[in-house]
Amino acid sequence: MSIFDLSVAGAAKALKAKEISAVELTTAYNAAVAELNPRLNAFITTTPELALGQAKAADARIADGSATPLTGVPIAMKDLFCTEGVRTTAASKILEPFIPPYESTVSGKLKEAGAVMLGKANLDEFAMGSSNITSGYGSVENPWKRQGSDAKLVPGGSSGGSAAAVAARIALAATGTDTGGSIRQPAAFTGLAGIKPTYGRCSRWGVVAFASSLDQPGPMARNVEDNALLLNAMAGFDEKDSTSAEREVPDFTAALSRGVKGLKIGIPAEYRLEGTNPEILALWDKGIEWLKAQGAEIIDISLPHTKYGLPVYYIVAPAEASSNLARYDGVRYGKRVDGEDLIDLYERTRAEGFGAEVKRRIMIGTYVLSHGYYDAYYLKAQKVRNLILKDFTDAFAKVDAILTPTAPSAAFGLGEKMDDPVTMYLNDVFTVPASLAGVPAMSVPAGLSADGLPLGLQVIGKHFDEETVFAVSAAIETAANFTALPEVRAK
Amino acid sequence: MSYTLEGRTGNWEVVVGLEVHAQVISESKLFSGASATYGGAPNAHVSFIDAGFPGMLPVINKECVAQAVRTGLGLRAQINLFSRFDRKNYFYADLPQGYQISQFAHPIVGTGDVEIELQDGTIKHVGITRLHLEQDAGKSMHDQHPAKSVIDLNRAGVALMEIVSEPDIRSPEEAGAYLRKLRQILRYLGTCDGNMEEGSMRADVNVSVRKAGEEFRTRCEIKNVNSIRFVMHAVEAEAMRQIEVWESGGEVVQETRLYDPSKGETRSMRSKEDAHDYRYFPEPDLLPLILEQEWVEGLKSSLPELPDEKRARFCTEYGIPFYDAGVLVAEQATADFYETLAKGRDGKLAANWVTGDFFAAMNRTGKSIENPPVSVDALGQMLDLITDKTINGRIAKDVFEEMVETGKMPAAIVEEKGLKQVTDTGAIDEAVTKVLTDNQDKVAEYKSGKDKLFGFFVGQVMKAMQGKGNPALVNEAVKKQLG
Amino acid sequence: MSLDAATVRRIAKLARIRVNDEEVSTLQNELNAILGYVEQLGEVNVEGVEPLSGGAQMALRQREDKLTDGDMAEKILANAPDRIGNFFAVPKVVE
Repeated sequence: MSIFDLSVAGAAKALKAKEISAVELTTAYNAAVAELNPRLNAFITTTPELALGQAKAADARIADGSATPLTGVPIAMKDLFCTEGVRTTAASKILEPFIPPYESTVSGKLKEAGAVMLGKANLDEFAMGSSNITSGYGSVENPWKRQGSDAKLVPGGSSGGSAAAVAARIALAATGTDTGGSIRQPAAFTGLAGIKPTYGRCSRWGVVAFASSLDQPGPMARNVEDNALLLNAMAGFDEKDSTSAEREVPDFTAALSRGVKGLKIGIPAEYRLEGTNPEILALWDKGIEWLKAQGAEIIDISLPHTKYGLPVYYIVAPAEASSNLARYDGVRYGKRVDGEDLIDLYERTRAEGFGAEVKRRIMIGTYVLSHGYYDAYYLKAQKVRNLILKDFTDAFAKVDAILTPTAPSAAFGLGEKMDDPVTMYLNDVFTVPASLAGVPAMSVPAGLSADGLPLGLQVIGKHFDEETVFAVSAAIETAANFTALPEVRAK
Repeated sequence: MSYTLEGRTGNWEVVVGLEVHAQVISESKLFSGASATYGGAPNAHVSFIDAGFPGMLPVINKECVAQAVRTGLGLRAQINLFSRFDRKNYFYADLPQGYQISQFAHPIVGTGDVEIELQDGTIKHVGITRLHLEQDAGKSMHDQHPAKSVIDLNRAGVALMEIVSEPDIRSPEEAGAYLRKLRQILRYLGTCDGNMEEGSMRADVNVSVRKAGEEFRTRCEIKNVNSIRFVMHAVEAEAMRQIEVWESGGEVVQETRLYDPSKGETRSMRSKEDAHDYRYFPEPDLLPLILEQEWVEGLKSSLPELPDEKRARFCTEYGIPFYDAGVLVAEQATADFYETLAKGRDGKLAANWVTGDFFAAMNRTGKSIENPPVSVDALGQMLDLITDKTINGRIAKDVFEEMVETGKMPAAIVEEKGLKQVTDTGAIDEAVTKVLTDNQDKVAEYKSGKDKLFGFFVGQVMKAMQGKGNPALVNEAVKKQLG
Repeated sequence: MSLDAATVRRIAKLARIRVNDEEVSTLQNELNAILGYVEQLGEVNVEGVEPLSGGAQMALRQREDKLTDGDMAEKILANAPDRIGNFFAVPKVVE
């Protein structure tokens, strides 16, 4: 077995058994990054020397017995997490020169657990996008190819660099952030598992903000177990984040073997959207059968406001973003374009520093909050958001978890779906409702499309019940036995 | 007579509402653990949160919440158990986040009331519309470099209470009285030091004018006026300006203006003009602020006695006039000084000494109530010496001056200088006899009807006794010997 | 509701983003497409529904009033595009 086929759990075992050292593992991954990143563009910044230093420290910890399951595990860090002394761009030109003098809570926890950071993963600019084409540092190539085609596909987004790096095996796992599907959709597009935890489970402190009421960090990895290992380290109360939940973090790995026997799984009628790829609907049916076969009870449910998720999202997220991104003004950090006066400086800095999609969202957000439109757009959206939350609350009175597809299609080609912003936004149709409700949701690779691309199923759970999400996801993973590999990968 | 300004077309009434920004007394800032202390080296009291760095999040300071509630209670206002923070969005060099965290739709304190006293003794009520918590901005300085403005964020994020009054104020005098009263209440509560020079209390002044009986006309807001005197001047200057605009056929436009104290006039503040669409929305980084009624009650029960109540109590408890009580309660420390002094003594005597010779000595020596020219114990001992007739009031004044000068205790001074009052009637009679004998001519004049000379004889006797004679006994003896 | 070019310019001004004529017309089309899409919220009856403003449903936690941060001017200024001493510097502002 190649060193690149190891899972996080497998690597931890090999490191513990001293079959391999952390330095050997990191050296191999550094080399793989050097070889494949120029093509994939999965990393904006690589940190091979830093990684090697961390690997050495990891070996020392393994030797003295203070290692955690993540000690010595090389991972990719989404470039939205501020990392002390390591440039953090949020994939925006406006932050090109920014070196944070502080470490985000989540990346700090991973550092403390001994994880090795290979570099900062590419993403859609400020996490705004579903394809990674909005990055200010070039788009990311999906390591998967359609059968018999060399066409470049998108890895999904916004955590597309994280997804591509893990799928191509140039990182063992990665961090992502999910605002409307930014972990789950790229995971589905690249054959990975990824979980958006309950809002408040992982600290947002030090994560460049997109939409504060939706943003949630989470892990991405090749299997469900690895996600549990990573989330164990990433989650937890943080007094520096007022929206962080003051709750104990259970050992998520313990939930993996629970099984689904006796669990009630809801199947929402409203997710059978017109225009969804029939292959995906078929895969969904397969998922239902798998769970039924393992003893789960399947219950038809209704989430009546599902179709309003996207319009709500495309008001709420830009509104918050327009305010969150006001701080990028060229005064205290980041890029500055000089101007005749302060206003000129602001306008030039922001015009040059932000890409088209970010500007679009800032504009929409500014408009929906502006005088005379607030009630019609923002307030209305907040009310419908409450109805969407109520949909889930009602459903979870009857079921333990909900099963849906993750995305309405498989990965699409670079340059496709770009006619207008709304077509692109439709990618998030299945992932956005859970984000708006704040409930945990995971995408699990469950099969391949006819042309050989991975497809994912989404498991949605109750607030702070990631354990059931893990249990159901593990059951699907076992049944799906997803073993396909992308064409571009470290070997 | 109510205050009006005379224009060419008749008399105008002035309508004023005040928005006071009062800096909360706390160790650290509203949403960060950086120091809230005034001053400091540039950008020293700044955290990454205050400087609006990426990914930074606000966490609210419990003490700032308590201070706002205490202030609300002191303003006899409604405390809202549910309140919420909103973002007020605008760009400015000293506003690092690009928004100010404030409370727009749901302030922590609702309507209240402040009682003010005018020069002529009239009592007037000014309504409080609301009080909310918000962050202060940093400071831009424009005079440090020929082509650049420089920014210090030390003040950015310090907690402010914005206290909004109803447009109940009708004259510069009322505006001044309101601000003084508000400052007094804040200082009593210990929620704001009220120091206008350091900017810990600033006022935005909303001014409009109208003819008697009219609805409100358009108002202008004069930003950031930093002394009570300037507020009073600004009200008048702005009212005069508006009257001139209306009377010359123009229209007052709602705008933000600045008061220029050197010119005594207000001018339009153009830089703020396009920033009126603040796009308020609920701050998603914070959750609603929920207070427990029990906690509010706890704060209420631990509030200090406020000036209005203290003044009333001083009148009844110490039998002093309403006016004197007002002077004594102006500052908490003065009131405490007085009360320590008056406890178990003659309250009127104590009040006279504090507002008289004591205040005069304080002014003369440049000392303060915190560091008084004579200690409360020393002054108390002196009052005791007067009361037990060891010294008389005349001598007491000399003793007091000696106390101020030397810091000695009054008993020691009296002992040292032999200033004890003479109450020995034999000695007094002897002195009277001598004075009358030496002034036979005056005695004759007195007896022929020149009553006023009585005072002359008393004075001569006191002089002969170096001021130490008991005034009542001296009076009595003179009267007796004159027959 | 449909945006005209003047509104696009006004919004860009509020957002402090410089836009040229070409961008105004592109943005106008794109923003109108998005607004057209979200218009469907008009169908939803929200009578009596409270707005949901946050992702978390709990009360605000309050911290103790302690000095725990600051005194690091150099770190605060390390990324500054322009500074004079320990101040941030910008083109002169006229008030």
